[in-house]
Amino acid sequence: MSVRTLPLLFLNLGGEMLYILDQRLRAQNIPGDKARRVLNDIISTMFNRKFMEELFKPQELYSKKALRTIYERLAHASIMKLNQASMDKQLYDLMTMAFKYQVLLCPRPKDVLLVTFNHLDTIKGFIRDSPTILQQVDETFRQLIEIYGGLSAGEFQLIRQTLLIFFQDLHIRVSMFLKDKVQNNNGRFVLPVSGPVPWGTELPGLIRMFNNKGEEVTRIEFKHGGNYVRAPKEGSFELYGDRVLKLGTNMYSANRPVETHMSGSSKNVASWAQESIAPNPLAKEELNFLARLMGGMEIKKPSGPEPGFRLNLFTSDEEEEQAALTRPEELSYEVINIQATQDQQRSEELARIMGEFEITEQPSLSTSKGDDLLAMMDEL
Amino acid sequence: MFRWERSIPLRGSAAALCNNLSVLQLPARNLTHFGVVHGPSAQLLSAAPEGVPLAQRQLHAKEGAGVSPPLITQVHWCVLPFRVLLVLTSHRGIQMYESDGSTMVYWHALDSGDATPGTWSGRVLVFDIPAKGPNIVLSEELAGHQTPITDIATEPAQGQDCVADMVTADDSGLLCVWRSGPEFTLLTRIPGFGVPCPSVQLWQGIIAAGYGNGQVHLYEATTGNLHVQINAHARAISALDLAPEAGKLLSAAEDTFVHIWKLSRSPESSYIEVEHCHGECVSDTQVCGARFCDSSGSSFAVTGYDLAEIRRFSSV
Repeated sequence: MSVRTLPLLFLNLGGEMLYILDQRLRAQNIPGDKARRVLNDIISTMFNRKFMEELFKPQELYSKKALRTIYERLAHASIMKLNQASMDKQLYDLMTMAFKYQVLLCPRPKDVLLVTFNHLDTIKGFIRDSPTILQQVDETFRQLIEIYGGLSAGEFQLIRQTLLIFFQDLHIRVSMFLKDKVQNNNGRFVLPVSGPVPWGTELPGLIRMFNNKGEEVTRIEFKHGGNYVRAPKEGSFELYGDRVLKLGTNMYSANRPVETHMSGSSKNVASWAQESIAPNPLAKEELNFLARLMGGMEIKKPSGPEPGFRLNLFTSDEEEEQAALTRPEELSYEVINIQATQDQQRSEELARIMGEFEITEQPSLSTSKGDDLLAMMDEL
Repeated sequence: MFRWERSIPLRGSAAALCNNLSVLQLPARNLTHFGVVHGPSAQLLSAAPEGVPLAQRQLHAKEGAGVSPPLITQVHWCVLPFRVLLVLTSHRGIQMYESDGSTMVYWHALDSGDATPGTWSGRVLVFDIPAKGPNIVLSEELAGHQTPITDIATEPAQGQDCVADMVTADDSGLLCVWRSGPEFTLLTRIPGFGVPCPSVQLWQGIIAAGYGNGQVHLYEATTGNLHVQINAHARAISALDLAPEAGKLLSAAEDTFVHIWKLSRSPESSYIEVEHCHGECVSDTQVCGARFCDSSGSSFAVTGYDLAEIRRFSSV
């Protein structure tokens, strides 16, 4: 599969996370300066240069579990606290289903880049008063344009397939999607057979026949079953421009409650549980990946006496507790336990240890080294 | 007119690959075999005519060097004159089995080169297959493509014994037409136009190619001339299949539609002609595999991304 998928996956999921957090911060009337601080901290951690460097290296996608750990880390890169149930039940489910929807509905495989740009455009809106962070985001924007701008349609099709394989079998019902009728009751997304065709695709319904000289000799129309119209124009792939595509823009307005319905919940929860309990032969590789990425994460220590605050992702404290109670044991994964405050020295230590691994570069790491890393992470 | 028949349940949903359904018809035993790729595993199952599943088996890609679990890219039955082989491909290599998937008879590792998997160079590998047993040998590597190969189609060369014509397609949309022999010869090249060609079929000297922009093109294999251009689908085509007895072509795409076409030649000019026969909408399903279930094209089966069943249709 494509080794260029991770940056797109990470940035789009990160974008969705920021949309949700922004909406919750507003809905819970968190004071403007605190809310801005939260988003600024998370965004500046996400777009940190070293972190981006690691992210953009050609590599395969890791598991959903490994990725979820990064977002948990990110969400805690600020003065805000979320409990574990909030993180995976609400936030991660919503993020993944939203991006899955966007990928599935992209008219052309290349349009996933426009979706990414939509997320980045909105993120830039969140931090428009912070020129340093803005610069970081623009830097990433330029990198995306440089790396993905020249990829062929075939390479984008492969990226699309890689993303869809990552999202395969996820059918969590999202109340907002159900209300908007973009998702069916069985958790599957509605694929409309109307609307604009992708840029570069002709309207279906025409057969043209040619002679040996390439001259058209007949035209026949046939009934194709859909109700399509021409694409109005192509979205812009520049740093600034009209993306045309609406997928990836912020669909959470201040008035909409953000809920996730887990009906047939035992089925949905079971599928996550199965993923977590099954022995993961990738555990060590994934730890390496996480260590590399987080080694590049510069976490700002909360300065001064500013107290942290708790953010509810559910609509009431009671529901938060309820979620914690109904969370099955299996989902309390203990493999990685990283606290909210990680100091600079430790991440350098991590990076150094990872450096040692790179040199040996055998496919099978010696057991003792792997165990050391696991033990080290448990101690954090 | 087609009606929706009883679906066959799958253990795992179909992966979002192209050409993700293979069908082996065994009319003598009143059975049909189906093969679908789920991801790291492929599912084989056999069903009776009414669609009742009888037996099923799962195959995995060979682990090989490297740490991530290999994903299967295609499962396909190759029907040779004297034997049927089941071929499984992944980034690690090519695995060949006896047709029921019970025994692996051959494994060909692809060089992984650097750490990035899928250094797909566009090589076409030709294997010599003995009538029985595992003595399979890589006999030739054809160079003609620079981007990954997406599909291969073959048919016996007209009027020639033991010689076949072959069409290979790739991610850039390029088609190469070959003739087999002691060595393969490149006959024609049909350039792409900026979109991949995920699926290709060959019938009586007619090349049918499905493209990422939803079009189906019909070319004359001997000259490479384009004779028919169909704006068939609103999204990328994911599969094509042929019912050779009837000259029927099946096209399926990510737009949820499946269309059936009748190929023919004009009696006067002998130019390729086509007629639309039928369209079917598989609601809310990004179709990723489609095959006729009989050689006259009176029934077909379809797989879709995230769908854990094989949908079947037959004509009334």
